[in-house]
Amino acid sequence: MKRGLTVYAVFAYAFLHVPLLILAVFSFNSSRFAVWESFSLQWYRAVAQDGNLIESSINSLIIAIVATAVATIIGTLAAYGLWKRGSAWLSGSLYLSLVTPEIVTGASLLALFQWIFRFAHLRLGMHTVILAHVGFSLAYVVVVVLARLRSYDRTLEEAALDLGATEFGAFYRVTLPYLVPAIAAAAMLAFTVSIDDYVITSLVAGVDSQTLPMVIYAMARRGVNPALNAVSTLVVFGLGMLIMLSERLRKPA
Amino acid sequence: MRLRNPFLAPTALLMAITMLAPLAIIVVYSLLTRGAYGGVELPWTIENFTRLWDPVYGIIFLRSFWIAAVATALCLVLGFPLAMFIARSGSRKNLYLSLVILPFWTSFLIRTYAWMFLLRDTGILNSALQALHIIREPLPLLYNDGAVILGLVYGFLPFMVLPLYATLERLDASLLEAAADLGARPWDTLVRVTLPLCAPGIRAGAILVFVPCLGTYLTSDLLGGSKTVLIGNLVQNQFTASRDWPFGAALSLALMAIAMVLLLAARRRGEEML
Repeated sequence: MKRGLTVYAVFAYAFLHVPLLILAVFSFNSSRFAVWESFSLQWYRAVAQDGNLIESSINSLIIAIVATAVATIIGTLAAYGLWKRGSAWLSGSLYLSLVTPEIVTGASLLALFQWIFRFAHLRLGMHTVILAHVGFSLAYVVVVVLARLRSYDRTLEEAALDLGATEFGAFYRVTLPYLVPAIAAAAMLAFTVSIDDYVITSLVAGVDSQTLPMVIYAMARRGVNPALNAVSTLVVFGLGMLIMLSERLRKPA
Repeated sequence: MRLRNPFLAPTALLMAITMLAPLAIIVVYSLLTRGAYGGVELPWTIENFTRLWDPVYGIIFLRSFWIAAVATALCLVLGFPLAMFIARSGSRKNLYLSLVILPFWTSFLIRTYAWMFLLRDTGILNSALQALHIIREPLPLLYNDGAVILGLVYGFLPFMVLPLYATLERLDASLLEAAADLGARPWDTLVRVTLPLCAPGIRAGAILVFVPCLGTYLTSDLLGGSKTVLIGNLVQNQFTASRDWPFGAALSLALMAIAMVLLLAARRRGEEML
């Protein structure tokens, strides 16, 4: 039984990880076909010279950084607020945003924006994408930070208040430091869901706010393009580095 | 208005703008008539909802249910032994667990693309099989329901393994020993003791996989090609190419209603996240 499970696990892990490994290996293939020819960096060169990819990567980074910063800050405050005193309708709407299918979130946001544009002289662009991203990553931040607060000893904050700290001071100097690991994890989660989102972004982005997933998606639908293997490898590698870095920061030696 | 809880104010404002207002708009649109140039017009109507009963759409709903159900069942069957392996692996637990979570942190879009690269006519699998002279013509691996299900299982397997692992981890080992002492064979113990005790984990995992699979758009669009139209693709199409916003709104509400019913049905006391 034990041995059977181990053999099975090897296959299961292979299923989870080999497809991306193959993609990475073939990003270094000199042939544009799925047969190994020889080692080459030509697809990486092609990526570096593709203005569309570079521009959309910059857009994606700006959107992800701004959306993560805003969602992490206000989501942390909200988690703390909810922990102190629950709010049924806010919890309810956060839960709703977590379970709404992405396509519905995107379509309904688009409907709202188009309705607003009837009255205001505005267009779809980076601002609408950032607003959408803050919206859908907020629930993730609140869930992660709230989970950590559940194991927090309330008396620590009460002690600070007894010793003369203001309510804000007790939050800032006692509770907040305790929450740092959860806040870091929440920010990582918000960043990864933001940088990876295609479905919602594609609906609320304007012509000047193409993101990397939108360009990748368009390339994937068009068919064979080894440059896409190179971009994919770079993105996965970049996210991997970021995860390792955040793990380091969370567990100082 | 005086805010009772200033910590909640910014999030409340953002949720009002990005969640509640769009939802309200969708509800209103679903009751209006399609405009001549896209958009919406008066008069009020419930025709968008009566159209949902048209067999054309009924079939799409059934297909979406079917594909999501098969993907969920496969995740359960494939995920359960893996969760069991992790729960029993002692000091290496955390390593094995992070190997399951890792794909969750990498791009879903790119992981879906990886399967396009593997499955298409000129992809790795077909090229390898042709090079080995096992097949002459490429097999049609991509752009069918099987590819969609494969992509969903690949994408959502971690969502099944994590809750299963959480319940298996808490399982009282003495219960299993008792079963063995009383003469149960390993298989009987699994079916009659372990599985029933894992019901909460199975329920949580099934919901976490089924709901997003039901509303999938990306996986079915990339791996299913134009043949596989599921609810998600239908919704997207109403808001883009077809420009039938009222019907798209009605479809969105139907999809959300189904998801909410499933979530409420599966939710039990003490399983709340928020």
